[in-house]
Amino acid sequence: MRFMMFIYPGVKEEADWTPSAEAVAAMSKYNEELTRAGVLLSLDGLHPTSEGARISFEGGKRRITDGPFAETKEVIGGYWMIQARSKEEALEWASRCPVGGDVVLEVRRVFEMSDFPPELQAAGRLSERPPEQTMAE
Amino acid sequence: MRDVGLAEDLAQDALVVALERWPESGVPENPGAWLMATAKYLAIDVLRRNRRLERKHEQLAREMGIQLAMDAADVEAALDDQIGDDVLTLMFMCCHPVLSTDARIALTLRLLGGLTTRDIARAFLVPEPTVAQRIVRAKRTLAAAQVPFEVPRGNELQSRLSSVLEVVYLVFNEGYTATAGEDWMRPALCEEALRLGRILASLAPNEAEVHGLVALMELQAARAAARVSSSGEPVLLLEQDRARWDHLQVRRGLTALERAERQLDDSLAAGSREGTLGAYGLQAAIAACHARASTAAETDWPRIAALYAALARLAPSPVVELNRAVAVAMAFGPGAGLELVDALRSDPSLERYHLLPSVRGDLLAKLGRPAEARAEFERAAGLTQNSRERAVLLRRAAACVTVPRTVAGP
Repeated sequence: MRFMMFIYPGVKEEADWTPSAEAVAAMSKYNEELTRAGVLLSLDGLHPTSEGARISFEGGKRRITDGPFAETKEVIGGYWMIQARSKEEALEWASRCPVGGDVVLEVRRVFEMSDFPPELQAAGRLSERPPEQTMAE
Repeated sequence: MRDVGLAEDLAQDALVVALERWPESGVPENPGAWLMATAKYLAIDVLRRNRRLERKHEQLAREMGIQLAMDAADVEAALDDQIGDDVLTLMFMCCHPVLSTDARIALTLRLLGGLTTRDIARAFLVPEPTVAQRIVRAKRTLAAAQVPFEVPRGNELQSRLSSVLEVVYLVFNEGYTATAGEDWMRPALCEEALRLGRILASLAPNEAEVHGLVALMELQAARAAARVSSSGEPVLLLEQDRARWDHLQVRRGLTALERAERQLDDSLAAGSREGTLGAYGLQAAIAACHARASTAAETDWPRIAALYAALARLAPSPVVELNRAVAVAMAFGPGAGLELVDALRSDPSLERYHLLPSVRGDLLAKLGRPAEARAEFERAAGLTQNSRERAVLLRRAAACVTVPRTVAGP
């Protein structure tokens, strides 16, 4: 199963958004560990919210609000997509992350199509044709 | 180790076997720390952590007079490089040629993967004691054969490595193509195989075929969700809804294939004669052709036909030849494909293989020979073990009579 690990850096000033060289080095070592264990699927770090925007759809109207956003504590700094055997394992990997201070990690399980009830699975199928062409996989 | 039973509770059997088999000089200074660091490397400790084990930790540490050092960062750092090599060695041990294929699979999943004996039994639909027996016997065999605890070198490395790759791919295929076992175990087997493959790729990054295998598994696994219809029928590759492919995994697969190719370029530049993809790499390259096509119609069939030809030269097999025939038919017309299929009709190993008449029927229908096509579809229907597949084949047979010329050529 897959899990998304979100990191909330908890920095108060956007000027502090870019981590220190030591923090980057420690994080690289951690990412290397995830890779070597065959766990890491993908990861990315995000620019601060001043370069982002939010779009709302209230009342059928699109409204764009440019960043920065007020609650810096609740701003996502990046994510890892990992493959783990259980939630416990995912939490174990998350707790090995070399961070401290106000940093918070959030671990969320990724939906697989098979997690949905059949009617939702069917709704997710755009095209479906009966098998015709013979091609051994 | 004084109390192997105790250590066995603590970590994985393989690690214990490793300790037992270690030549005197090679035993790490701090076996307890080694055990824990290796378990941590493989991320298997977390599944076994409970209070009872914690007590055993302490007991073991007392008895052996060693420091278990789970938190001692310096010990861990010192072990870091060594552990990678040791994990690789364990893989080679679990897949040693003195063991039967079944034993290799059971040992690998139990010792390097995160599966319990019970999980393995469920996955392969055998009683739990059978799996336990297999593992016990495998350990004995390894001990009796006095397998040295080291990574094989030179010529031996290649043959031993292919044994490891074979085990990983067998595990993957057991999960990917349902032959037995409980359904919920299938994705677990695929994931476990992928994980082992990725570990192997980071431990042996210079081996192109390792990247080839990882690429093949990633690309195949990427299609998993699209392979079954909502009513449970298998959906063949060309009919699959490509939006349902896992595109992150496709990208990972293509990246792994690039790594395999780059590795080959590097070894060519370094003067090696091994400059072509191996059997896994070639299959990955074929899977990549499908993955790169955003619709079935955009598939690069001439390239697939060429790749199958290369695969047939490297690992000749009538099934590969049959797939080559399909690719040739798609690339150059049904007549060209039929020639290749007809050459296979005398092959005794395909006598009971339903896909041969099924492919032949398909090509004959495309060539406007409905009566022959119908006979082939009926023959194929009689040979398949799968009732859903049989229904599809009979439907196609019936269609050959009522509307003989509606099936268009490519």
